[in-house]
Formats: sequence, C-alpha cells, structure tokens
Amino acid sequence: MHPALQGLLTIVIGVGGCIGYFYGANLLLDKVLFKPTGPNAGRNINLANQIRPWVFLMPALLALGLYLAYPVVATLRLSFLERLPGNEFAFVGFDNYTKMFAEPKFLEAMKNNVLWLVVVPAASTAFGLLAAQLTDRLAWGNIAKSIIFMPMAISFVGAAVIFKLVYEARPEDVAQIGVLNHLYMLFGGTEPQQWLQIPFWNNFFLMIVLIWIQTGFAMVILSAALRGIPEETVEAAIVDGANPFQIFFKIKIPQIVSTIVVVWTTITIATLKVFDIVFAMTNGQWETQVLANYMYDKLFRANDWGMGSASAMIIMLMVTPILVWNVYNARKEMR
Amino acid sequence: MADLKLTDVAKTYGGTVDVLKNINLDIKQGELIVFVGPSGCGKSTLLRMIAGLEKITGGELQIDGQVVNDVPPAQRGIAMVFQSYALYPHMTVRDNMSFALKLAKKSQAEIDEAVGRAAKILQLDEYLDRLPKALSGGQRQRVAIGRSIVRDPKVYLFDEPLSNLDAALRVATRIEIAQLKESMPNSTMIYVTHDQVEAMTLASRIVVLANKGIAQVGTPLELYERPENEFVAQFIGSPSMNLLSGEIVGTGAETTIKLHGGGTVKSAAPTESSDMGQTVNVGIRPEDMLESSGDDYAFEGKVNFTEALGEVTLLYFDKVGDNDAVIGKLPGIHADLRGKSVRMAAAPEKVQVFLNEQSLYYR
Repeated sequence: MHPALQGLLTIVIGVGGCIGYFYGANLLLDKVLFKPTGPNAGRNINLANQIRPWVFLMPALLALGLYLAYPVVATLRLSFLERLPGNEFAFVGFDNYTKMFAEPKFLEAMKNNVLWLVVVPAASTAFGLLAAQLTDRLAWGNIAKSIIFMPMAISFVGAAVIFKLVYEARPEDVAQIGVLNHLYMLFGGTEPQQWLQIPFWNNFFLMIVLIWIQTGFAMVILSAALRGIPEETVEAAIVDGANPFQIFFKIKIPQIVSTIVVVWTTITIATLKVFDIVFAMTNGQWETQVLANYMYDKLFRANDWGMGSASAMIIMLMVTPILVWNVYNARKEMR
Repeated sequence: MADLKLTDVAKTYGGTVDVLKNINLDIKQGELIVFVGPSGCGKSTLLRMIAGLEKITGGELQIDGQVVNDVPPAQRGIAMVFQSYALYPHMTVRDNMSFALKLAKKSQAEIDEAVGRAAKILQLDEYLDRLPKALSGGQRQRVAIGRSIVRDPKVYLFDEPLSNLDAALRVATRIEIAQLKESMPNSTMIYVTHDQVEAMTLASRIVVLANKGIAQVGTPLELYERPENEFVAQFIGSPSMNLLSGEIVGTGAETTIKLHGGGTVKSAAPTESSDMGQTVNVGIRPEDMLESSGDDYAFEGKVNFTEALGEVTLLYFDKVGDNDAVIGKLPGIHADLRGKSVRMAAAPEKVQVFLNEQSLYYR
C-alpha cells in the first residue's frame, strides 16, 4: 500500500477508534450496566457517573503505564546491572554510576548541560517576552508573531539541518553557501570558519537552534499573559508618570511573573532533554556532548545498557524537581 | 487646584466617526463637575481626553490657562480614579500610593508624610502593608482615591468610581466623597457617572452629555426645575417627566396651552402673540401633579394601575392624548384610585413648555 494511504488509514482508525470507544463506553454504561430506569434509576445514574471518568481515562492510564511508568522502573533496574555475554545480567550496585562519573566525556556532558540550562531558557524567555511586547500593538504584529512562531512547527532534526547549512563552510576560493561564513567574509574575515568545531563557542552555535525554536513558544504564552493585564493598571501608571520602560518592568512584568516562571521551567525541561540537535549537528564531537546524546551513545552505540541506563536516571533526577515546580506553578496560575 | 477651559473640543475616531464635537465648558477652581448622560454618550471619553489618555482631535483644552492638548498625562497635574480601581495588584497599599511620588523622585521623608496623611484621611492606616487582593471593595476604592490624594493634583478625575460597589456601600462611599470634597474646598473635581442620584447629590454643576455634545450645564436644581430641552427634562428625575402635546391658546407673561388630551394648563413660561396656535410639548413631572376636582385641570385620565410605595403612590394612566406612558405621583396612599378617572393639574411655575424640543423658558 502507498505510505500516504497507510497514514490516512492510521488516522481514520485512530480517530474512529477514539470516537467508537467513547460511544461504546457510554452505551455500555447507560444502556446495559446501569439503566436509568426501574426502581434504582437514581442510584444507577449516580453509579454510572462515578465510573464514567475512569472508563474514559483507562486507555490513557494504560498507555502511560506501559510506555512511561514501566520503563522508568526497568531503567532503574538496568542501571544497577551489568550485561554479560549470553544475555546474562549481574548485579553491580553503583558501579555503573562511579564508572560514569570518572569518564571525562560524561563530565563534559554534565558541564555542557548546565551551560545549556543557564543560557537557553533565559534567552528564549527574554526574546519571547520582547517579541510579545513589541508585536502587541503593531498592525502587522500578528504576521510577525506567526513568523516567529513558525519554527515551533519544525522538528528539531529539521531545524538542525537548516542551521547546519547556515554554519556551512566551503573552501576559501568558492562561494560560501553558509550565511554565517558569507557574512563573516563580507565583513572582513580572512578565511571561512568551521563554526561547529570551535570548542566552547560551538555550544552556543548549537543553543541558537533551540532558542530559535523555543522563542516562538515563549512569545505565544507570554503574549496571552500580557493581554490579560488589566489595561486600566497601565493607564493608571501612565497618569502616575511612568515611562514605557517603567510600565514594562514595574507594572507589566510583575503581573505576569507566574506565567514567566511556567514558560521558563517548561523550556528548561525541554533543554535538559536536548538530544536531536546535538545528535544531528555534531554528535557530541568537539566538546559539545550533552547528557541525552551521551546516553544514546552508551545505550545504542556502545551497547552498554548499564551505563546508558545510569545516565538516563541522572537526566531524570535533574528534570524531576523542575517538573514538580513547573506543575506547581502552572496549577497556581490556573487558580 | 485650577480652572479648566474646554474650547470646541472634539473627538473623532479614524477621521470619520464623530464621538464628541463642539464641547465648550468653563470649570472654575473648587467646583465638582459631574458628567452624566446615557451610555455611549462619550462622557468617559471626554474625561479620558482631559486626563490625556485619549487624544484630543479638535479644539483646545486649558488647565490653569495653559494649553495642554499635547502635554503627557503625568505633567497635566491631574489624578484619576478608575472604575475598576486599577490598583497595582503586586504592590502593597503603601507602594500603590507612593508609586507616583517615587517616579517623581521625591524624598523618602516627603513620600512617607504624604502617604501617612492620605492614609489618615481615608482611614487606611491599618492596611498600608496589605496587598489589594486582601482588601474589600470599599477599601480598594479608598486606596484608589488615596493614590490620587498623595499627588496633590490640580484636578481630580473620577470615572464612575462607585459602579463596582454594592448598593449600601455605594451610598456610604458617595457620602465619603462628598465629605472629602468639603475637606478640600479648593480642589477641582470632575466626576463621571450614569447614576443621577450621584450627580444630583455630589455636583456643584452637572454637565448633561447627549448626541455628541452638551445638552445642558447647570446646578442640579436648575436642571431639575428648568431643563433647557426635552432630553434633559426626561433624563433628570425618576420617574421621568411626562410630555403631553398641545396647542398654545393664550400668550403673554403666562402661557395657556390646550392639551390634546382634554384640559388646559397654564405655564409660567412667557410667550409672544406670534406663538399663538403653535404645537408644543408640555412637560409636567409626576411629583408636581395635583389632583383637581373642579374644571381647571390639565388632563383627565383613567388610572390603569397604581403602585403604593408608602410615602407616595404612583399612578399609571391610560392613554392621554397621544402619550400612553403618563405617570403621576401623589403623596400618601391612593390605591383606591385604580380604575377611576382622575383630573390632574399642576402649578404654572412647575409646567415646562417645549417648542421644537427647546424650552420656552430659555428663549
């Protein structure tokens, strides 16, 4: 079958299945198990309504349990084991962890991840806030917003490929197809640079890709928050004599600070998990390793399940507190 | 503490949509001016133009003899109290009140003194370190007023400040504002409301806005007793003034009008002999109607329905002439009048006469 047809069929079966499940579950509850007629009509309706949410949640709970909860436990178990030839396993305690922490490549990944963590969420949120504020009152603001938001629709690998071309270096005597090198040569550079091979700074060239993607997300959420600020508080500040900067920093930002925290932490989590960009652009060479790519390296290239799982646990350990804080803030926001 | 002068002030949106035009108004220092009018008449817009939050698209606005059309709000010497209070939710009461002073780079001692004084006037001393969300509606309103007082402005602007309060609190806060005004006799205040009780009780002069312009400016009693036109006549007072059509049959210092409903009525409005035979509208307030037993009556109507309110009784008449919504208000309880035909009269000085919607008293 043609792949497009296959895709279409999958969508039809998937969506149809959901509708069918919804319809069937309701039918089973209301028409078969607890009929709203006879002497127990009231009790039956109440029972059906108590059971209904669980029936609807069940597929999601099952899927999450199978694909999320179970893998966490299995990974934790694997991180304490060593795989021996012949599909045998031996319990090694914290050996995988101590070995990992002694590896320079792991420490480099840790260090780089912290760098990503500091730069990307801050830069994305700041640029997002700036874009939200600047596009708010413009006649063509919505077009600008759409353009800034568009990278969100591109996959990380796709974005990585685009930026690989931006950073592309060609020999000095031919035309530079990489925008960055072209500009570099235009403004007096002596020879084209291999941007992704300059240690330390190449990290930032990778981060730009994620910032480029996440700024749109930050902008959309923060723009909605900015519009939620009561206009009269801004007018009161104008009457009180505040200039545009004071209005922005002393009146607007404090009123959307909880949204900023949610955006910030959401991007932080995305940053901690960053894999595709590094994998597609440098694969961790030239001192650009990050934890997720390190894990992939160990797990699927070196086939070291123990150390791979151990590094996965480290990532989870780092993400969890931020995730908890994020959910706490998001819920606070909704109240 | 200043005079305001509006000369031909106009507001046009997008160059074509007129909201206000030809607004001429002189406001003297110490006056409390109330803008009233039906919703959408532009009263809030006019206030916001004075504040500088809306651009003045025509004419001239002077504060203290200085043209301020293009002066930013903060430098006009105005302070504004918003309908929704517009308190800064992330700042304590103290910070809310001192924000403007901090921006003006006043010394800490000056700020503390001004905030302390305002807090004392408004009885907010105990709440200075609370956030707005921990205050009741009335307290928030007082903070909003306090935020204006600390700046010691030339002109106070109030944009429907009581409309978010419940009925009981509204009365209490109205009295507080009246007392506040008394304690600051030199400050000029402009107050926007759609509530005529607020307008009648607070104003030294009322500006009635309608049809993109000013319908009448005057003291509350002038507006009540001598409305310039039918709009003001019907807008001020509740239930509103009855308008009955008729023809002038006698002219002179007093005018006699034969109503299309039946009887004749005399008005203290003077007319000339050339007015004889003109079709006019006669305005009589429900509370000015008197029961008449003799042949000297304005109209005779069948009472369709009565509402006894204790101190007064409202009489709803069947069609009188071509007006089917005539209401009378008699002191005391008169529920027994329902279903009967009653003759009503009114004293000549209480009778308005409108020719082409304009009062003959002002000719």
